[in-house]
Amino acid sequence: MTEVLALLILLTVIAAIITVLTTNLLYAVISVGAVGFLLAIAYLFLAAPDVAIVQIGVEVVSLVILIRATLGREVQQLKTVHAVVGVSFAVAFVAVIGLFGIQVFNQFPEFGIPVMERFADSPALVFLQTGLATTGAPNMVTAVLLDFRAWDTLGEATVLFCAALGAVAVLRRNARINPHKSEDESS
Amino acid sequence: MIYSLCLLLILVGLYGVVVSRETLKIVISILIMNHGVHLLLLLIGYREAGNPPIVDPGASIASFANGAVDPLPQAMVLTSIVIGLGVLALMVALCVRLYERYGTFDITEIRRLRG
Repeated sequence: MTEVLALLILLTVIAAIITVLTTNLLYAVISVGAVGFLLAIAYLFLAAPDVAIVQIGVEVVSLVILIRATLGREVQQLKTVHAVVGVSFAVAFVAVIGLFGIQVFNQFPEFGIPVMERFADSPALVFLQTGLATTGAPNMVTAVLLDFRAWDTLGEATVLFCAALGAVAVLRRNARINPHKSEDESS
Repeated sequence: MIYSLCLLLILVGLYGVVVSRETLKIVISILIMNHGVHLLLLLIGYREAGNPPIVDPGASIASFANGAVDPLPQAMVLTSIVIGLGVLALMVALCVRLYERYGTFDITEIRRLRG
């Protein structure tokens, strides 16, 4: 099981490397789609079917957005940094971040032992034990999302609404001219 | 082992952000980092040979609580994935607007044409 999971994540990393290194914008979009769909399968192996379903839906919509932004543009050939100085600086920067990351990841508990096994009164364990009785939902993810942590879902809806509003405001073509400004100019 | 692969995914996205010169490519690299963080959160909540956190009809609650994976990271990642879609739409809208204004995705060209 763990080996299959590791293989899936390895394929994801390979797709991500192809995404970063390719010089065609359309190829990059397709490869990032492969990253998302491979991760959806990996989520299934992580016993998270809800997250996998949402991941596939979101990935389809985001691919439509990215391809809509890519197609029809004149420049599809990317100019990545080829200078030795630039690439070596970037590699050094990423390596420093990676060293710090390895230090952090060494502090993590062993893979396969969730937090709730080490703390007897952790919230996740309370949700698992009392979720069905208090909310009536057999799916604990839904119970957490819509009952125990409903304020988070409200915040999520707010952020999503604000982001959509911002995208519409940025993309709006025929903006209204400010009436006060035109009055000042005419007077 | 699996954690290091996940760290590698985040670092690949970071390298893409540092190296790319096209705004849309930077957005795609940020998307990869986003995926990596989601995967990390789900890996932390995983239990060895765990079941999905869905109660089977007729199963006892005690055995269910001892065999299911952590539902809290899954719910938070679900929230984060949907927020990521909204933020992606906003970033792509800014990129498209910059393209209409300057006729290119190249950040060095955009800086040169300022004013």
